[in-house]
Amino acid sequence: MTFSLLAITLDWALVLEKFLLILVVVSISLGFAMYSTYAERKVAGFLQDRLGPNRFGWFGLLQPVADAIKLFAKEDIIPNKANKVLFVLGPGLAMLAALMTSAVIPWGDTLTIGDRAVSLQIADINIGMLYVFAVVALGVYGVMIGGWSSNNKFSLLAAIRGASQNISYELAMGLSIIALVFVTGSLSLKDIVVSQQTIGWNFFLQPLGFLLFMICAFAECNRTPFDLPEAENELNFGYHQEYSSMKLGFYLFAEYINMFISSVIMSTLYFGGYDILPFVDETKWGLDPNVLTLLGFGALMIKTVFFVFFFMWVRWTIPRFRYDQLMNLGWKKLIPLALINMLITAAVVLYLQNGWPK
Amino acid sequence: MQPLTNRSKQVDRSPMTFSEKLYLPSIAKGMAITFSHLFKKRPTIQYPEQTRPFSQVFRGLHVLNRDEEGRERCTACGLCAVACPAEAITMEAAERQDGEENLYREEKYAAKYEINMLRCIFCGLCEEACPKDAIYLSETFAPANFNRQGFIYNKQELLIPNPVTEKEAYEKAAGGRVRKPVNE
Repeated sequence: MTFSLLAITLDWALVLEKFLLILVVVSISLGFAMYSTYAERKVAGFLQDRLGPNRFGWFGLLQPVADAIKLFAKEDIIPNKANKVLFVLGPGLAMLAALMTSAVIPWGDTLTIGDRAVSLQIADINIGMLYVFAVVALGVYGVMIGGWSSNNKFSLLAAIRGASQNISYELAMGLSIIALVFVTGSLSLKDIVVSQQTIGWNFFLQPLGFLLFMICAFAECNRTPFDLPEAENELNFGYHQEYSSMKLGFYLFAEYINMFISSVIMSTLYFGGYDILPFVDETKWGLDPNVLTLLGFGALMIKTVFFVFFFMWVRWTIPRFRYDQLMNLGWKKLIPLALINMLITAAVVLYLQNGWPK
Repeated sequence: MQPLTNRSKQVDRSPMTFSEKLYLPSIAKGMAITFSHLFKKRPTIQYPEQTRPFSQVFRGLHVLNRDEEGRERCTACGLCAVACPAEAITMEAAERQDGEENLYREEKYAAKYEINMLRCIFCGLCEEACPKDAIYLSETFAPANFNRQGFIYNKQELLIPNPVTEKEAYEKAAGGRVRKPVNE
């Protein structure tokens, strides 16, 4: 690929293609997050024998628009004693970290437009998984900076909680991913999906790894049962207590984007990504490759929607953990389990490659 | 001590077993319960469109009744005001003039009749006290208002629609509680 900003051989078509792709992916993430807020209230309502929002628009479908207008119309307050630069930076960082992950996710196979093959992935980098982890780790800064710069005891406490929780659970998450990398042999998300198309979904090879990853994903997204940074009853509202108007909206929105991205990553890593059915070779269906690509994208979205629903389902079922329970679970249960999972996987992979040691 | 219900259970403080420590079985059980609620009937009443039927003995806002010819029944005797424990009712009497026989049933009528709905306790004693079947508590309640003056209902607001000219509105306002005029 001849691509360099300084060189004369700049492939403008590629730049345009990637730019459009970024635009589409970001708008899909934002739109999805927007309707997640609606879905959350609807699911919460239905799980609790209520109806949820149903007044504005057909079945209340315009409710997120109303919420956005409300947030925009609110007064934007910056506390006197707050560190103003960081106070503004916090929500921006949270949003940035939430959106950046989507760059390495393979949203589908390639589309053929004219004689041009367009890959539905913004950047296929060979360290995709590491990139995801790096960006997810950046998300802690949003929490930490927001909580600290508000100059409020409760926000600071919540931020410290959030940071320590995220760091603890990132360990177990990383360990469960290492086992997955043993199986697939690649850190590139595209390669992981391609390998699942042939050998079947990773979930069947790594059920324990998936479970660990999922629990850690809940903790990483600050979702119930691990929503301690936001614990309303003990910390008022957590790290975004001093925030108002659209800054608060950014924090809340970032949470939903995180949820969406984690769902996509879970589907990509363990449920075949854009693979439609496990153990089935879709190319034998005799469909047009473009149609198949779009179907694959649809399959990924269906998996994602299921996981997002699962997130909400868990939220309205399980009460919040206590802080010591959270730490015990993370350090004393999940990390040992992830280590065991890693060891067993490593042993099996070695055995399959080299046979029994003589 | 004898338990109040048969649902009370002794708290079990024995250490958790391995399967309990895993949390997952009980989490799955809990999630099955919440999932089953997705398909349950919702008891919500969509208020402005749907209303819950009131009981037959519901005591709501007052109406001043009319007779079968649409004449006001109230004679401003003041018994309701005397009976009222909250002292919410005020009235002024006036004498019926010639030519007003189609408006007022008897020679004396209430020129002014006010009920303060903020004072009223909706006990229905005025209804019981009335010898003329003139005041009834209906099946509606006082709507919200921004100022206190809005809760003082005057005669025009209390009077039931005319059964001769506005039959449907009369029936709606009368509901199942107001005694309909019978040919006496």
